[in-house]
Amino acid sequence: MSPPRTSAEIGALYQEMILDHYRRPRNKGNLDNADATVEMKNPLCGDEISLQVAFEGDCVCDLRFSGRGCSISQASASMMTQLVKGKSTEEIGLLRQQFRDLMLGNAPPADDARLGSLRALSGVARFPARVKCALLAWYALESALAERAPG
Amino acid sequence: MATNSKVRRESELGSVLGIRADFPLLVNNPGLHYLDSAATSQKPKAVLDALRDFYETANANPHRGAYSLSVLATEYYHDSRVRIAQFLGVSDSDCLIFTRGTTEGLNLVAGSWGEANVSPGDEVVVTALDHHANFVPWQVLAMKKGAKFRVCELTPDGRIDLEFLSGLLNNRTKVVAFNHVSNALGTINPVADIVRLAREKTNAILVCDGAQSAPHFPVAFDSLGVDFYAFSGHKMLGPMGIGGLIGKREMLEAMPPYQTGGDMIEFVYDDRTTWNALPHKFEAGTPNAANAVGLAAAVEYLDNIGMDRVHSHERALMSAAQTRLGAIEGLHIYGPPPRERSGVVSFTLVDVHPHDLATILDGEGVCIRAGHHCAQPLMRRLDVPATARASFYVYNDESDIDALVSGIMKAREIFGYVPA
Repeated sequence: MSPPRTSAEIGALYQEMILDHYRRPRNKGNLDNADATVEMKNPLCGDEISLQVAFEGDCVCDLRFSGRGCSISQASASMMTQLVKGKSTEEIGLLRQQFRDLMLGNAPPADDARLGSLRALSGVARFPARVKCALLAWYALESALAERAPG
Repeated sequence: MATNSKVRRESELGSVLGIRADFPLLVNNPGLHYLDSAATSQKPKAVLDALRDFYETANANPHRGAYSLSVLATEYYHDSRVRIAQFLGVSDSDCLIFTRGTTEGLNLVAGSWGEANVSPGDEVVVTALDHHANFVPWQVLAMKKGAKFRVCELTPDGRIDLEFLSGLLNNRTKVVAFNHVSNALGTINPVADIVRLAREKTNAILVCDGAQSAPHFPVAFDSLGVDFYAFSGHKMLGPMGIGGLIGKREMLEAMPPYQTGGDMIEFVYDDRTTWNALPHKFEAGTPNAANAVGLAAAVEYLDNIGMDRVHSHERALMSAAQTRLGAIEGLHIYGPPPRERSGVVSFTLVDVHPHDLATILDGEGVCIRAGHHCAQPLMRRLDVPATARASFYVYNDESDIDALVSGIMKAREIFGYVPA
């Protein structure tokens, strides 16, 4: 058996940054002028997210999320919306890949400044059961971008 | 089937069975507080020894060889069936079909009996308390057959609403499926009342999901009144991948095979095949003999404790947990009062999501389940996406509740609880 989690690991997971985004989520609510709306669920734990995205040219000019779930899924969604607002779909694709690598343990922990506050989630990589929670919002964003892509 | 149980029958104090030492995984992890036995139980050494003993002394393909080793394997397999049937109060052990577990047992009934007997316009009834394994097979069957799929509602405290059930039942009802004990809430359902209602108003088959009852209190299929009862070995100290379906002989004999292949046939011609007798008709392919032997050792172990004591032990722990968790501000416990529950406490905390709670408890060596417990229709009715669930079994004691409570307090601390 893998050893039980240590308090240090738990502490690294629940950083103040994460709890702050969980308690006071940014960009939560609805967008009147959304170009794409995606609903996504994590059937394993019942986390739900609805993501609304507005585009301007090739950029995500605004986005909002709503839903309910654990602190990891909610904080990840909140931080993601802050990070990607105003960025081009290409930049977002790159960030998504970087964040995914971070979560799956394929990247050195949190040394890429481009991920901004999302680096606070690097502790999640040590908790395989929680990685999906952190990625839920990003799957929703990916799906929103795909919905938009053909047009 | 030897057992090396070291149950302290006389010296027990209150709700301490003192058998933790029989469970190698728990011995190897002294700080572990395993409170997820409703998902799967830990295994005593007696079961692990029985598995090894089978492979080291009797391993061959049962029902096949003319040589004595195969005959020995057949005997082990047969004796296991008889022992498990005895444990579950089945006088006709040929009516106990080995399956992979409860899920396969229920799918067997839906796929065989349902396929042959449900027609357009018929009705199939399940309850909102059912595990997906006793919900989805019937839903799929009803959709395929053009039958009406009806879901019995619950009382606010999570019991089957018998009045509602009565209103659902009529002469078109072909199946009434329900669980003996809810895996999500621990509700012990009144089987006798359900049987009486259903027999009065329908000619339906009654299918009971016993995954959470067979491990926890005495069950006697012959007097339960249902037509089919499915159970899982791994939740009752046995190995994973073995369980059973018990059915009434006349029904099993009338049913078409579920899977076809080796062992389940009598004669195979180019243009037709005849079926083997019960139980073999429903056990296509090489049987899971070793795990059947392991499960027989598990029921032997449980009988040595005594199922009445297993039940009273779990209830004592569950009541203690109920009292201590109930005293925590902002903690909500779901389900009926403890006297109508098995050893399960399902709850939410106002400030900490169940998944976060489970992760933090993991840091304290406490294993609980967080999620929808394979009962999404129930969760929707409770209007929660998930609950935290602690479930008790023979190896638990009060120290596990201490660890649970202190872990919950730690989660509060991390999340900075502010009383409303």
